[in-house]
Amino acid sequence: MLGVSLDQYGFLVQGAFWTAVLSLMGFVGGTIVGLPVALARISRGWFLCRASSAYVQFVQGIPLPVIMFVVYFGVSIYGFDVNALVAAAIAMTLYSSAYLGEIWKGCIQAVPNTQWEAGECLALTSLQRFIYVILPQALRIAVPPTVGFLVQIVKNTSYSVVIGFFDLTYSAKILNNATFKPFVIFTAAALIYFAICFPLSRYARRFELRLNRRNA
Amino acid sequence: MDYVFDFSFLESFRSEIISGVRLTILLTVVSILPGFALGTACAVGRLYGPRWLQTAVTIYIEAIRNTPLIIQVFWLFFGLAVLGARIGPFNAAVIALVINTGAYSAEIMRAGFQAIPKGQLEAANCLAMTRRQIFWNIQLPQAAELVYPALVSQFILMMLATSIMSQISVEELTGVGYQVQSITFRGFDVYLVIAALYLALATMLRLCLHGAAQLAFTRLRRLRTPL
Repeated sequence: MLGVSLDQYGFLVQGAFWTAVLSLMGFVGGTIVGLPVALARISRGWFLCRASSAYVQFVQGIPLPVIMFVVYFGVSIYGFDVNALVAAAIAMTLYSSAYLGEIWKGCIQAVPNTQWEAGECLALTSLQRFIYVILPQALRIAVPPTVGFLVQIVKNTSYSVVIGFFDLTYSAKILNNATFKPFVIFTAAALIYFAICFPLSRYARRFELRLNRRNA
Repeated sequence: MDYVFDFSFLESFRSEIISGVRLTILLTVVSILPGFALGTACAVGRLYGPRWLQTAVTIYIEAIRNTPLIIQVFWLFFGLAVLGARIGPFNAAVIALVINTGAYSAEIMRAGFQAIPKGQLEAANCLAMTRRQIFWNIQLPQAAELVYPALVSQFILMMLATSIMSQISVEELTGVGYQVQSITFRGFDVYLVIAALYLALATMLRLCLHGAAQLAFTRLRRLRTPL
C-alpha cells in the first residue's frame, strides 16, 4: 500500500505494542509513586509538604528526554546492564508521578471542607475520614483529568526514542530510513497514535460533562 | 558504590553548552508569540467563525493534541524534504512548535473567551462599540488575563519540548549534551548539568512571563487583584 509493504506496516504495529506497554508501565508506576506524592502535598507536615512540592517542581522543570537520559546513564553507573525499556519505564514513572500527584492533590482539595468536618462530627478517625468520606468523592472528581493525562503519557512515550527504545516512533523512524516515504509512514504512525489517544480524550471529556451535570 | 563525578567537561565544552542554551532560548522566544497568535485566531474561528471554519479548526486542534510532537516534527521535516522544499531543520522546528503550541493555546484561549462575564459585552454594546473594538479592547485582554497562568504553563511545556529538536539535528541543549557525552562518556554527569540548566531556564521563563503580565495587563498592575 502506497509504496510500503504490509510487513512494514506490521513493523509499525509492533512498535505500537511497545508504546502501549511503556504507557501502561508509566501509568502504573506513576500511580504507585504519584498517590503518596499527592498525599504528601496535602499533608500538614512541613517537611513532607516541602519535599513533595520540590519533587514536583523539579520533575516539571526538566524535559522528559533529559529525564530519560539521566535515568538511562544513571542506571548504568550502578553497574546494571542498561535496558532501554527499564530506563524508559523509570523515567515515565518519575514524569507521570509528578503530574498525577499534582492532579490528585487538586482533586482531594476539591472535596468540600464540610465533608472533613462532618466526618469529624461523626467521630471518625482521620484515616477513616480520608478512606470512607474523602477518597470516594475525590476519586469521582479525579477520573476526567486522569484519563486526560493518560493521553499525555501515551504521547510522551514517544520521547523514549532518544534512548533508543523500540516504540512506535522508533519503528517509524527506522522505516523512514529504509523506505524514505516519510509522508506515508509518519502519517500511519500519527494515525495509530491518534487511534489510541482520541478515544481517551473523548472519554475524558464525556466524564467531565457528566460530572458537571451531576454537580449542577 | 564509588562513582566519582567529573564535571571537567564544563570547562572544555563551555562554548558548545552556551550555544546550546542560546539555541533553546531562541527556539522558545521565536515560537511563543506566533503560537499564541495562531491559537487566538483558532479560538476565535472555532467560537465565532462560520460552520466550515469551526470544523476545520476542530480537526486541526484534535489532530495536533492527539499525536506526539516528535511525529509532527518528523512528518514536517522529512515530508517537506521529499516534496523538494528545503526549509532547514531550524525552520522546521520553529514551524512545528508554532503549530503545536497553536493548537494547545487555542483550547486555552477558547476557555478564556467563554469565561468573560456577559455583562462586559453588554456594557460594550451599550457604549456603541463596534464588533472590532469590542474584540480588541474588551474580549482579547480579558480572555488573555483570565487564562494567563494556563498559558504560562503551556509556554514552559513548549520550552521543555524543544529538547527533542536535536532529533532533526537542531543542536539545542539536549543535542549538545548528547554530543558531549559521546565524547567524554560521562553521560550521567552531563545530563545532570543539562537538567539543572533546563530547571534554571524554566524558572527564568516563568519569571519573564510574570513580568510580561505585569506590563501587559494594566488593570492587574493598578488594582493588584486578578480579574
